[in-house]
Amino acid sequence: MANTDEDVKKPLPQRLQDQATQLVDATQSSQAWNSIFRPGSIFRKGYTDSPRNRSYVIMNSVLYHLHPVKVKRHAVKVSYTLCLGGLSFFLFILLTVTGIFLMFFYRPTAAAAWDDIYTLQNSVTFGLLVRNMHRWAAHLMVLSVFLHMARVFYHGAYKPPREFNWVIGVNLLQFTLLLSFTGYLLPWDQLALWAVTVGTNMMGYTPVFGEQVRFVLLGGVEIGTDTLLRWYVLHVLLLPFVLVIFMAIHFWRVRKDGGISGPL
Amino acid sequence: MTEVPEHLRKRAEEARAKAAAAKAAADAPAEAPAEELSAEQQEAASKIPSHLLERSKAAKAKAAGGDAGGAATGTAVATAPTAAAPAAASGAPVPTGPGGHTQRLLTVVKSGSIQDVKAVPQDKVHTWPHLLVVEFGAALFALAFTLIFSIFVNAPLLELANFNETPNPSKAPWYFLGLQELLTVFHPMVAGVTIPGIGLFFLMFIPYIDRNPSAKPEDRKFAVSLMTVHLMFWAVLTMIGSFFRGPGFNFVFPWEAGLFFEL
Repeated sequence: MANTDEDVKKPLPQRLQDQATQLVDATQSSQAWNSIFRPGSIFRKGYTDSPRNRSYVIMNSVLYHLHPVKVKRHAVKVSYTLCLGGLSFFLFILLTVTGIFLMFFYRPTAAAAWDDIYTLQNSVTFGLLVRNMHRWAAHLMVLSVFLHMARVFYHGAYKPPREFNWVIGVNLLQFTLLLSFTGYLLPWDQLALWAVTVGTNMMGYTPVFGEQVRFVLLGGVEIGTDTLLRWYVLHVLLLPFVLVIFMAIHFWRVRKDGGISGPL
Repeated sequence: MTEVPEHLRKRAEEARAKAAAAKAAADAPAEAPAEELSAEQQEAASKIPSHLLERSKAAKAKAAGGDAGGAATGTAVATAPTAAAPAAASGAPVPTGPGGHTQRLLTVVKSGSIQDVKAVPQDKVHTWPHLLVVEFGAALFALAFTLIFSIFVNAPLLELANFNETPNPSKAPWYFLGLQELLTVFHPMVAGVTIPGIGLFFLMFIPYIDRNPSAKPEDRKFAVSLMTVHLMFWAVLTMIGSFFRGPGFNFVFPWEAGLFFEL
């Protein structure tokens, strides 16, 4: 920019501020910037709080467009949903992120598993913290999914046309429990081994083909390194994969069935 | 802004020029009687397309004269008049209403009476910012809680798994402790498979069992009581299994024998 006399007269902070404003303007007007942020993004130049832009924010974001552009007024009240469904989803994301971190330091074999966790806790930066978060978030998720179910029941939100979404939801609760239970074995400590022993012994009492169920679950006649590998794959791949599919159907049905239920 | 097609733009220009000309003509000989206006001027003043005027005149002449031969009773013509309408010379001038109108509006039909509008307008708010702000706050709270809790409380890591040393008591994860509690009373097949199986079955089919259409709490006291009893039943069982079971899975009081519970 050309320095006119007027500019020179201005104090230095004022001039710096002007230059910063110009830089921001130039950046926000550039083609690259506008190709990244779609119309309605609050980072776009000239974003104002208008009904049109409020709609664009939702429509033009891959994450937000899970939501409709408008929702019923009562659905926004925290006291109606207690955010339990959304929190379950958020905890799932948190568990995925922390879980990926843990996968870098873990080998699912009976010889290495416990040592890896021990090393993770004592030699890896933030290892202990991330493992703690993974474990506590997992317990929280079981709790929040369960409470979400209770909330939906007490609001009668499973009634037509939402019957099928309730069925999907009960399945999601089961998958959540299974995910938690398969993760329980992975540290390969006394707590893991014997909790899983109790759990799988119970499943072994399934009528008619109890022995077979137990054999499939354990990958053998007793818990061992094969069980660990099997539960690891279930925990990090198969169950999350299935859970995501069910979640997609669950969220999609919420909207197709007319949004959130109520008001009572 | 969409572009106006060329032919529409031309037509609009023509119409505007015509209207201006007619206005100028009407302003100058203000005292001229309506009957003496040319057909074109009449058309411009009444804004009724000339072919419709013509049809109307023909119909009137037919009604007056008894029979007019094979005058075409045309179907509704939706197309706008193109460049030059055929000369409206046939027939005598017909009496018109104020402003030269030959047609009038009988009634206004409100849309509700002929259209079945199913969607009832609802009280809605924009998702952004009203819902997203709440969700963001909740997510932030959950993240902060997990993070701070994780800083102060460590996840348990007991000694390496050992098949030869069974801890006493051996407990399942907390969410299965209700089932384990049932094991003290029932045969494993009943406690571990049959009861939870039936429970899950009924849980899943609740919407098809509960036929009550109302969602109001006062209309569904039975359903609410039944569910509450079940939830409390499991909660109490889980808590007994978690906190009140010591070595040998015998009943203990945690304030006497201590906690035998790991998360």
